[in-house]
Amino acid sequence: MRKSNLKLLLFIFSLIIQLKPLNSAEMVDPIKVDWSFKGLTGTFDRASLQRGFQVYKEVCSSCHSMQYLSYRNLGESGGPEFSEQEVKAIAASFEIQDGPDDQGEMFTRPGRPSDKFKNPYPNVQAATAANGGAYPPDMSVLVKARKGGANYIYSVLVGYEDPPPNIILDDGVYYNKYMIGNKIKMPNNLMDGLVEYADGTESTVDQMAKDVTTFLAWAAEPELEERHKTGVKVIIYLVLLTILVYLSMKKIWSRVDSEV
Amino acid sequence: MSEHEYVPKSKAGKWFNDRLPLLTLGAHLTDYPTPKNLNYWWTFGGILTFCLLTQIVTGIVLAMHYVAHADLAFASVEHIMRDVNYGWLIRYIHSNGASMFFLAVYIHIFRSLFYGSYKSPREVIWIIGLLIYLLMMAAAFMGYVLPWGQMSFWGATVITNLFSAIPLVGDSITTWLWGAYSVDNPTLNRFFSLHYLIPFLILGLVVLHIWALHVPGNNNPVGIDIKKPSKDTVPFHPYITIKDAFALLVFMIIFAGFVFFTPNVLGHSDNYIPANPLVTPAHIVPEWYLLPFYAILRSVPDKLGGVILMFSAIFILFVLPWLDTSKVRSAVFRPLYRQFFWILVIDVLMLGYVGAMPAEGIYLVLARVGTIYYFLHFIVVMPVVGYLEKTDPIPMSISEPVLSGGAEPSIARKMDEKV
Repeated sequence: MRKSNLKLLLFIFSLIIQLKPLNSAEMVDPIKVDWSFKGLTGTFDRASLQRGFQVYKEVCSSCHSMQYLSYRNLGESGGPEFSEQEVKAIAASFEIQDGPDDQGEMFTRPGRPSDKFKNPYPNVQAATAANGGAYPPDMSVLVKARKGGANYIYSVLVGYEDPPPNIILDDGVYYNKYMIGNKIKMPNNLMDGLVEYADGTESTVDQMAKDVTTFLAWAAEPELEERHKTGVKVIIYLVLLTILVYLSMKKIWSRVDSEV
Repeated sequence: MSEHEYVPKSKAGKWFNDRLPLLTLGAHLTDYPTPKNLNYWWTFGGILTFCLLTQIVTGIVLAMHYVAHADLAFASVEHIMRDVNYGWLIRYIHSNGASMFFLAVYIHIFRSLFYGSYKSPREVIWIIGLLIYLLMMAAAFMGYVLPWGQMSFWGATVITNLFSAIPLVGDSITTWLWGAYSVDNPTLNRFFSLHYLIPFLILGLVVLHIWALHVPGNNNPVGIDIKKPSKDTVPFHPYITIKDAFALLVFMIIFAGFVFFTPNVLGHSDNYIPANPLVTPAHIVPEWYLLPFYAILRSVPDKLGGVILMFSAIFILFVLPWLDTSKVRSAVFRPLYRQFFWILVIDVLMLGYVGAMPAEGIYLVLARVGTIYYFLHFIVVMPVVGYLEKTDPIPMSISEPVLSGGAEPSIARKMDEKV
């Protein structure tokens, strides 16, 4: 009796969730990419992370901040895993403001691995003003902050198109197939051969979009690899313990005439 | 309550126990006679205790690193996620733990509804439980505000604005709640303070909940009064402890699945965007466990009416023991009520679903139908079905299926299968 009720319940519920919003805008679902970090044991592609950082540094970072990351993160396990020397060199390539010194003056010095990623603008207002009134969002947790995650970010990067004839765009507004509302103030910054990859990979738009998205996915979830690895161990441990406790329970309850 | 008087074996134990009978309490909890036919729906009490303690322990650690300031809160959460040792694990346990807590409490409440655990003589247990549930919702709501993301901010704005619907003093009350003229730093500060306080209030109520439970003892799937201790009962330890442990471990596997493999699926992506009072998200939605009430709120075109209906949806549960007119506790023997029970389950799930959708078109219609049915269930169905229903014959005891209405030993076996 109860089983059939449960079935009915599931059936009705599945009917309800079939209903789609009536006036959902002409949103295109993001492209589904088979990311290496998907799934229960997913890990980041180390080379792709390093290339992605290069794209971020040479292209994105002129407008987008990543204020919650430190240069040292680039050398930590589970990330791009640059060597200690490379991390030091990357950090030192940025001029970081420090101070005040004992004269009360602010000064600049070469970056250290412990420094946070340098912001391209002094504040949000400056960033907004410099970008036609649209603040380029901080990219530290961008992948987690967008429905669709990495697929969405990648899709937007490769989703620039000429607008349909019925859509007139203002100056500084671009048409993007995947962007919510289809209008985006970020120009299409990626073009084939834009960066020269250190590892010799051909820098197509698609390749750069994938690499930088991978980098952003790591930036948003730097713990992902450790989380997956620990998770597998925890689940195995719990399952074994559950089996032992189940057998103990059966043994204990065998003393009384009742089922468990 | 165990009948026999407990006397500690050691002299020191006796000395201490005469002054503070903690050992007697321990012996009572160990021997506590429990119906031997409790099914797995009865393991959620233990699971909920685990959830509460997990939230308290992880919460205390998070509070050591969190900064309750509008300019720093979001960054401090990222600090926890990136720089604190295993901070990501502690935070994901805490945030998913809230969802698991509610999952368990909903099962616990619906179990009570199915087996009539709220009925005499257990009304006070039920009411304390509802108070715990209310405090849980308050704690969860305020906790969701703390990361100071977009959903935090706008969720807080929507919910606190509900109080402005109160005639005459509404606006003053809202300002008083905010500590400012909008949701701002003072709001965040007091929410943090209350978020830290409430779990300990819940803990106190849990003690009362269990105390009140130990007076009449557990209800059971058959829903009949049983003699304690007797052939129908087993001592709490080791029988119930091991069974609770097994169920808890299964629960923990699911919990761990969320924490390690899909830790953000139950949250909203907008909450990783820092709070911005100038940008309103397209759809402001609360966490999933509050969605049925959100649907009820939005189903009424009038703000005050919506607020009244939403709070009524919870407060009507407080008088449930007196709305239910049936003498039979367990729905196992109530063929008619059983059907209505499942309709209510579907109704609440549907309300939860439409609560996540925009309040327009078919969703608004469904929300209104669902809301009307929700209240009909308690105000009309419960009292009327109690009178009209012809209940199935009830066994005299758990061990010996002697029936009040004609001998039919197979009933007892059927009950076991229901487990």
